[in-house]
Amino acid sequence: MKLITAIVKPFKLDDVKEALRGLGVVGLTVSEVRGFGRQGGHTETYRGSEYRIEFVPKIKLEIVVEDDRLAIVLDEIEKAATTGQIGDGKIWVTTVDELIRIRTGERGDDAI
Amino acid sequence: MDSGSVAWVLVSAALVLFMTPGLAFFYGGMDRNRNVLNMLMMNFWCMLVIPVLWVTIGYSLAQQPIGNDLIGGFDAAFLNGIGILGDNGGTIATIAFLGMFATITPALISGAVADRMKFSAWAIFVPLWSLLVFCPVFKWLYGGFLGKRGSLDFAGGTAIHVNAGIAALAAVLVLGKRKGWPRDAQPPHSMPLVMIGTGILWFGWFGFNAGSALSANGQAAQAFMNTFLAAAAAGIAWALVEKLRDGHFTNLGVASGIVAGLVAITPASGYVSGAAPIIIGLLTGVVCCYAVRLKFKAGFDDALDVVGVHFVGGLVGSLTIGFFANPAFFGGSFHRGIFYGGGLGLLGEQLLANGVTIVYSFVVTTLILLALKRTIGIRVSSENETLGLDYSEHRETAYHNL
Repeated sequence: MKLITAIVKPFKLDDVKEALRGLGVVGLTVSEVRGFGRQGGHTETYRGSEYRIEFVPKIKLEIVVEDDRLAIVLDEIEKAATTGQIGDGKIWVTTVDELIRIRTGERGDDAI
Repeated sequence: MDSGSVAWVLVSAALVLFMTPGLAFFYGGMDRNRNVLNMLMMNFWCMLVIPVLWVTIGYSLAQQPIGNDLIGGFDAAFLNGIGILGDNGGTIATIAFLGMFATITPALISGAVADRMKFSAWAIFVPLWSLLVFCPVFKWLYGGFLGKRGSLDFAGGTAIHVNAGIAALAAVLVLGKRKGWPRDAQPPHSMPLVMIGTGILWFGWFGFNAGSALSANGQAAQAFMNTFLAAAAAGIAWALVEKLRDGHFTNLGVASGIVAGLVAITPASGYVSGAAPIIIGLLTGVVCCYAVRLKFKAGFDDALDVVGVHFVGGLVGSLTIGFFANPAFFGGSFHRGIFYGGGLGLLGEQLLANGVTIVYSFVVTTLILLALKRTIGIRVSSENETLGLDYSEHRETAYHNL
């Protein structure tokens, strides 16, 4: 099993979700996060004074998938989240040692 | 007082009371999310202390007996001798109306001292300042020596905005800068709160200005119209300066312009007509948009720009009376402005009245705060300033996450 973590632009969340639904992904976790990458932050001006907003808002998605579905899910997220502009985000993959569905006690791929 | 006027003054009084929570949201939204409840509380505190103080002794000192030049007396303490039978309740309605002005005036200062003042010090400062600064200045302008000389202040541009604005400057000079200012200054935590506060202020300001005719008459109607126009014109002016200078129309620019325009038209609202409110609004919007930058040049930490908006806006508005006052339009007996053939006399009186107010308010406010600083202390600890005043002063949190 793999854990896919994707940082995407907030307005792309719906596109990514629909793409994953289309693949039959049955669960994902979403968080509102802040950070910076190459895009850096931005400035806002209040009463003529500029304020540097160092951390820009992003969406973090976490999805656990079976090993054999990893490639196609990654492709779909990438396709759905891209705008070609700086700040599109990142996706990374980590290996998951164990997964448990709390209600039934199922383990491993059965718990996905 | 005729029944129509009693009704209008009572409605106006309620409108003016509503301005204090409006101000609280206007300031609270601009403040940081860990100090917003402290800001609301500083304003609501004025709504508790001042009404009681006003009826106990404030009104008597600020007005009665009418003939006094410098300060009233104790004759009307607890509204002694003021009945409702002879004048249809007009005097009681007027005292309530003026009490709302007394309430919001110290509240204006809260925006300057945001983020660092001990609440216990604020709690004592408010009644002291009201008695020692607001009441005498109010007396001088309305029935006292400055008013008798011929200066004009229809709804409190000098008595309220210049007075509180210069007191705000004195307060931040005694209190000192916020930790990290100006390097770490933070943007408003909730612009929607600022905008709803602005809307409430504008709504309430119709009572503030048009109610100051103390009658349901033509002067009230024109003051209403002036309040409508000056706010809009100043909002346009401020927003346009920001668009041309900084690149965008901002919500905070619009809100600031509206409030600056309302401040400026306050002293003039019962004396000017025609295009004057629009001109006063446009002028104030531009002047105040630049005035809020003075604090960075001069190095005083007026957190939410009470000096730049209320002091400067009030002063600009008060001085424009010297140009635009038009007694013929109102059928009144006040002095004419320069544009209506009145010469420099009225402008001179406006300068004098504001000058006296500025010097007195600045000095006495400084003394009050120095006295509090030496005794109970006026500033929270550095640790509490970092932690936020909502928690340190009130043991409350505005926004709980989880």
